[in-house]
Amino acid sequence: MYRYDIHDQTLVDERVAQFRDQMDRYLAGRLGEEEFRPLRLQNGLYIQRHAPMLRIAIPYGMLASYQLRALADITRRYDRGYGHFTTRQNLQLNWPAQEDVPDILAELATVQMHAIQTSGNCIRNTTSDQFAGIAKDEVEDPRPWCELIRQWSTLHPEFAYLPRKFKIAVTGAAADRAAIQVHDIGLRLWRNDEGELRVKVLAGGGLGRTPMIAEVVREDLPWQHLLTYLEACVRVYNQFGRRDNKFKARIKILVKALGIEEYRRRVDEEWAHLKDGPQTLNQAAVEAAKRHFPEPERRPVAESAVTDFERLRTENRSFARFVTNNVTDHKVPGYKAVTLSLKRREHAPGDVTADQMDAVADLADRYSFSELRVTHEQNLVLSDVPVDEIEALWNELDALGMANPTVGTLNDIICCPGGDYCSLANAVSIPIAQSLQERFEDLDFLYDLGPLDLNISGCMNACGHHHVGHIGILGVDKKGEEFYQISIGGNATDDVSLGKILGPSFFRQDVPDVVEKVLQVYVAERHEDEHFLDTYRRIGLKPFKERVYAK
Amino acid sequence: MPSNVDTPTDQALAHPPVHVNHLLINGGLAVENAWCVSYDVDVLPEQRPAFVPLALWQVNKQDEELAPLLLSDTELTAELAADLAPLPAVSIDFPSFTDGRGYSLARLLRERFGYAGEVRAVGDVLVDQLDYMRRCGFNAMALRDDQDPADALRLLNSFSVRYQTDVEERQALFERRLTNRG
Repeated sequence: MYRYDIHDQTLVDERVAQFRDQMDRYLAGRLGEEEFRPLRLQNGLYIQRHAPMLRIAIPYGMLASYQLRALADITRRYDRGYGHFTTRQNLQLNWPAQEDVPDILAELATVQMHAIQTSGNCIRNTTSDQFAGIAKDEVEDPRPWCELIRQWSTLHPEFAYLPRKFKIAVTGAAADRAAIQVHDIGLRLWRNDEGELRVKVLAGGGLGRTPMIAEVVREDLPWQHLLTYLEACVRVYNQFGRRDNKFKARIKILVKALGIEEYRRRVDEEWAHLKDGPQTLNQAAVEAAKRHFPEPERRPVAESAVTDFERLRTENRSFARFVTNNVTDHKVPGYKAVTLSLKRREHAPGDVTADQMDAVADLADRYSFSELRVTHEQNLVLSDVPVDEIEALWNELDALGMANPTVGTLNDIICCPGGDYCSLANAVSIPIAQSLQERFEDLDFLYDLGPLDLNISGCMNACGHHHVGHIGILGVDKKGEEFYQISIGGNATDDVSLGKILGPSFFRQDVPDVVEKVLQVYVAERHEDEHFLDTYRRIGLKPFKERVYAK
Repeated sequence: MPSNVDTPTDQALAHPPVHVNHLLINGGLAVENAWCVSYDVDVLPEQRPAFVPLALWQVNKQDEELAPLLLSDTELTAELAADLAPLPAVSIDFPSFTDGRGYSLARLLRERFGYAGEVRAVGDVLVDQLDYMRRCGFNAMALRDDQDPADALRLLNSFSVRYQTDVEERQALFERRLTNRG
C-alpha cells in the first residue's frame, strides 16, 4: 500500500489550506457561486438534493484499516454514521455540512487521504482491478503504475480545466476487471514475446448519454513512455475537445468526430515532442513505486489446510455457497481473496455503516494484513486470507450481515444513489434495487441463473453503469413521472458490449415483473450451462421483447 | 479588412478595449499597467498600447504599440511561434475561467518554442487559477476587476510541492526523489 512521504503529505496539507481559504472567501461572499463551483468540485464537494455530498478518493481502490477507521469516525462526527462506496472505488458522504468540509479534509489528510479531483472537469481517481497483485491471471501488478499516474495527474497545472471529466482505468491481468474499454483512457499492461512490459492505450470509451466502446490508440507503448504519452493524449483533448456543449465534451465525442486515425496522428505528433522528455519513466522510479506494494509476509499454509477447506466445502452447503460466489482464487496456494457483500435489502447497494466500517477494519487487521480493496461493483475485498481462516472469517462476516453469498449473481446489483440523493437523477434507483432483491432472494434460483450483472442508473449520466449490465435499468423522466427503460446484453469485461433497449419504458412497480419475464425467457431458452449473456447473444433481443410486451 | 484607425468608431464600440485595474508581473503587482486588450478583430483600438487579435496584429506588425492576443482556440504552429519569438509580450485569452486551453498554449509557447518574452493571461483571470497559470509559463496576469490583488499575491504560490514537470520545474518529483534533491 502506498505510504506518503513528506512531499505527498505537504501537498495534501497545502491543498487543505488552499480549500479552507476558498471556503472562507465563499462563505464571506467574496467568492461567487459560479467561481466557487469548480473549486469545490475538484475537492469532492457537490451540492446535492438534500445536502452537500463529499466524495473521498480511494486511489485505485486500496484502503488501509486505519484509514477505514478514520472514515468511520468522520461519518459519525460529521455525517449520519454511514458512507456509500461508488462504482469508481470512492467513498461518498451524503450529509456533511458544507462549512465542515475543510475540517473533514484536514482529518483525512492525517490518514493520508484526500478528495482531490474526485469531481470536476479534470483527471479523476484512477481505477483498477480489485484483485491487483494477487490475481492468478496477472501479468503485471497495476498498482505501482496507478500510483505513478495518480501523482502525474494530481494538481496537473495544464489539465485542471478540461472540457469535461476524464477517467483512467488500468488492468494488468488477462481478464479485464477494470472495465478499461468504457473509460476515457483505458490501459492494459502486457508483455511481448521478449518479456518486455508494454502498455496498450485505449481512448474514447465511456457511458453517459452517448455510450461508446474505446478504440486502440497504441498497441505497444514501452512502459518508459507512459506518462509522456498520457500527457499527449490529454493535451490533444484539452485543445480540441468540444467546449460548446457539455453533452458533447467527453473525449469519446472527439475521438468519434476525428476518427481514431486522426486522433492518433495528433497524439503522436504531440508525443514526438514530449517523448524522452523529463517525464520519461526509468527503472529506478518504477522500482521505487513498486517498493510500496511488497508481497505481504504470508505464513506457509499446510497442504492439509487446503484439503480441510475443500472438505468443508463439500460438507457445509452454506459455506460452499459463500466460497463459490464470494471467494476468489489467489496466486499463492493456500490463500484466497474474500469479497464482502455490501448488497443487502436493508441498505442501498454500496452503503456501509460506521460500525460496520470499524468491524471490517478489525477483520482486515486480523485476517488480511490490514488492507482492503473497494470494487467497482461496490463491494469490499480482503485480498490475502489463508484458507484455514476462511471459515472463521465467514462466521464473523455473517454476524455483520456481510456474508451474503451472492457476489456476481443477480442480487449483486450495481446502483447509483439515484433520486433519493442525487440532484442530477431523473428517478430513484435504490428502491428499484431493493424491490428486485426482495423479488429474487431465493438463493437456489439465483445460483441457477449463474453470473448475472444487473446495473441501475437513475439518469443517463450512467453512474450505475446500466449500459454494460447484462440487464440494465435506466430511470427516465417523462413529464415529471418516473419511468424505467430496460436494456439487455451489456457487458463490461473483455468482450465488451452495450445493452440494447427492450422497448418502451415501464412503471416503477412493474420493473420486477419485467425482469422476471426476461429471466423466464433465458431459463426456457438456455442451453445447458449457458450464461445469460451467451443465450442473449445467440437468440437476440426478439424473444425477450415478445415475452415482455406480450398482450 | 483591418488596420484602418479611421474607420467609424461605432464598430469599435461594440467591443470596447479592456483595461484592468490590477496586473501581476513576475510575482508582484505591476507598477506599469498601460496595455489594454482589444477583442475587435477588424478595427484597431484608439487606446494604446494594446493587445489585438492575432490576425489584426499580423497586418500591423510594424506598430510597436501593438502586441498579439492569442484566443484560446489558436493553433500554435512552428511558423506562428517564429513570428512571435522576437516580441517582448504576447497575451493569451481566457474567455471563461473554465476554458483550459490557454494553459496548453502557454506551455507550448514556453517549452516547445522557447518563447522568452512576457506571456500575459487576460480575460476571465481569477485568483484561484494563478498558481496553475504560473506553472504553465504565464509571468503576467491581468486580474478580472472584481478580484482582490491581495488575494492574488497570497495565492500565487499556494503549493511548495509538485509532482509533474512544468515550465518552472524540469525534473519530475519521481526523479528528484531518486537523487534526494527533494
